[in-house]
Order: sequence, then C-alpha cells, then structure tokens
Amino acid sequence: MADQSKGVKLYGTSFNGHTTMVDCALRLKGVAYEYVEEDRKNKSEALLKLNPVHKQVPVLVVDGKPIAETLIILQHIDDVWKDPPFLPEDPYKRAKVRFWADFVSKKVVPIMHTVVASKGDEQKTAAEEFAGYLMTMEDGIREELWTGGPFVNGDSPGLLDVVMGSSYMWIKFIEAVVGVKVAKREKTPLLCSFMEAFVELDAVKELMTPPEVLLQRRMGNPSA
Amino acid sequence: MDQPPSSVKLLGSWADSHTHRVQLALKLKGLEFEYQEEDFINPSPALLLHNPVYKKVPALLHGGRSIVESVVILQYIDETWTDNPIMPADPFERAVIRFWCHFTDDKLAPAVGLVFSSSGEGQKAAVDQVHENLKLLERELKDGAFKGRRFFGGDKIGLLDIVLGCGSYWLAVFEEVMEVKLIDPESFPVFHAWLRDFEEQQEVKETIPAIDRLLEYARGIRQMMLSLSNGSSINNAAATSG
Repeated sequence: MADQSKGVKLYGTSFNGHTTMVDCALRLKGVAYEYVEEDRKNKSEALLKLNPVHKQVPVLVVDGKPIAETLIILQHIDDVWKDPPFLPEDPYKRAKVRFWADFVSKKVVPIMHTVVASKGDEQKTAAEEFAGYLMTMEDGIREELWTGGPFVNGDSPGLLDVVMGSSYMWIKFIEAVVGVKVAKREKTPLLCSFMEAFVELDAVKELMTPPEVLLQRRMGNPSA
Repeated sequence: MDQPPSSVKLLGSWADSHTHRVQLALKLKGLEFEYQEEDFINPSPALLLHNPVYKKVPALLHGGRSIVESVVILQYIDETWTDNPIMPADPFERAVIRFWCHFTDDKLAPAVGLVFSSSGEGQKAAVDQVHENLKLLERELKDGAFKGRRFFGGDKIGLLDIVLGCGSYWLAVFEEVMEVKLIDPESFPVFHAWLRDFEEQQEVKETIPAIDRLLEYARGIRQMMLSLSNGSSINNAAATSG
C-alpha cells in the first residue's frame, strides 16, 4: 500500500530509458508522485543542486532528500515501499539479481548507445555484441533465477523485470534501426516472454513509447 | 548468529583491492574462510567456472554456489551473516552508501587507473580528474549525510568504508611510483583523516598488504607497460581488476 505521507518527486526526461525505469517502479508500487520534465539541453538549477555529482536525470526526491543513479533509486524505492517486493528473500538470489542488474548497467546499456550512435559495419558488430549479452543474461537468468515466470521475480515484476521491461521498446527500436533481430525468441525465450509480459501490465502500459514513435524521433535527429 | 555449516572459500589475488574488500568483510564478520590465490593473467579452471561472465577475482564460494562482483559479494555477506551489520538500516543512508560505492568504482578508480597507465598530457588530465573526484568525496565527508562521523559506518567501518578504503592505498603508492601529487592532506584534510583512521583498524592492517610489496608490484607493472608500447597500452590491471 502506498504511503501517501511522503512527498515524492521524480525529475526525468522523455525518451529516456532510465527515467522510464523509475516511473514504472513507482507505479508498480502504487506511489503517488509528481513528475518534473527536464530539458536535457538546458538543465534546471533544481536538478543541478539535487544531483551535483552527475548532473543528470533521473533523480528521485523523497521527503526533500534526493537520490540519484537509476539502480540506486530502484533499490531505494524497494527499501521504502515494501509491497510488492522487487527482490527475492534469499540472499543468494538477491545477489544474482544485483549481478544481472549491474551487468545491464555495465554492458547492455553502453552497447545500446553504441548501436544507435554508429553506422555500417561498426553498427552491425555492436548489434552482434548486444545480442550476445542478451544471450548471456538469458542463460544466467534461466540457471540462477527463473521459477516459471511470468516474471524473473515470479508472479509479480521485480528489479530485473523493471530494468529489462522498460528497455523493451528501445530494443525493438534498435532492431528496426539496424534491420536485424537482437532479441531472438529462439535464442532468448525467457527474456522475450518476461519483457512482453511487463509491457502489458496495466500499471506501466502507458509509459511504453512505441518503437515507431522512437523511430520517427530518430528521423528528425539521427543521433537519438 | 552461528556460522552456517557450509564452508566459505574466496578466490582472489593478493594485490587486488576488490579481493581485499571481501577479505576485510569476512574478517569483520568473524568468519573462517579458505583462500585460493589466483593469477589474474592465468585464471584457474575454478575461477572460469565460478565467474564465467567476467573471469575475474574475487569470487566467493559458499555452500557450493558462487557470488561475484565485490559490492554484490559484500551485500551477500551482510545479508547472510547478520551480526555486525555493515549496511545501515535507514533506506536513505543505504542509498547514499550505494551511491558513493558506485562513484568509487565508476569514476574514482578508473581515473586513478588512468594516472597509472598514462604519461605526459594524458596523465596530467587523469591527475586533474582524480582531484575533481576527491573534491566531491571531501565535500560529502565534510557536509554530506555522514558528516561528523568517524567512518561512513559510524563508529565502526561499514560497507562504503570497505569499498573506498580498499583501493585508496593505491593513491599513496601511485604518488610515489608516478611522482605525482594525488592526495595532498592540505587539499583533502577530511578524506586524509578518514583514510588514516581506516588504515589504523586492526582488521584493515591484517588485510592490506605491506606498502613495500605494493610499491614493488606497482613499479613492476609500470615498467612492463612502458616497455610494451609507447604508453598507449591500457593494461592497468593493478588498479582495475575484479
């Protein structure tokens, strides 16, 4: 149940996967919050004060206290609003979830940027690397975490579901840009199934930007 | 809480700060463990088996299962053996701790590594970057959520002390080997005092190798790097392993 007594504000940017992750997490927990749209080219004084170290979105402010860095924000949301839990109870499984969330941050997100920003052969190579990382995640999740779904976290979505589910539209977008499938159902069936289950959730559906919209935006700005 | 019967084994490397983090945490929790030294150039079959994704130390083996990535391992240790917690209970404090752990590994450590692996203008830029990062830490120590405390963990060292402390000794080592000023006590008085207090702790003294060994090690790696190429090699294994 959401604790309505806490003032919660999310500073984010549209078309920003990390903002989407935090948005989704708050909605899944039923938290009432205010959203502040930041202009990525013209950051507000407020944002720079709240995140002086990295100067970027997303930043979550809870009762006047700012938290920055997406994975840290997600874990904080889970620490404050316990229901439904984003992490398993068992310390070993929690370690695995944290490992894969860190893998997404270290490997998957950077390669996605590389694919979008590059061309020709460099882009193809990056796309292959991306596909490879997804297969690595698939194997890890199957071996260490999967208990039948529909989500990595079981019946209800957890940290990895939020992170990957929020990225699903971006993955589709990248596939359209490069012209190849990166998340192939026959290679990454679990990933495909839990990401598809996630984007269909009532709580987050409206936050999922269709890949066509992302593509149109890119046509107006080839580095987007 | 009694230590569960399953044995604990750590695969690590003696000069690797991420290994030291885990050793220190296990010591603070009063846990017995077996240690296996790994050559980071030549990982053993066990290491490849237990860390197939990154193939690096440290890897913690407990009850036949493996946990890797030092900050993940530290949280696992804290959640499995709950006496003497190294993470605070308050959610906001936990978030601040995690933030600076991430900052340490994502910003500070790579900048320090770059000082070690570069030369000339590149090195000067890297040194400036280290100073910028230390300034942010200094400000946090002085004015942030933990101001006035001896350690980030309060009276006793906690997770952030472990993460930041195990690795900060390279600052003094690189200062000497590279002949650069990294951690001037006048510019960073609070950080300097914190680090000195950290390194005085008994468990820390038992974990971190003697400075002479670290100096010799660093000199050896630097020699090898310089002789390998014209300084463009980024084999900064000493500073960024694990």
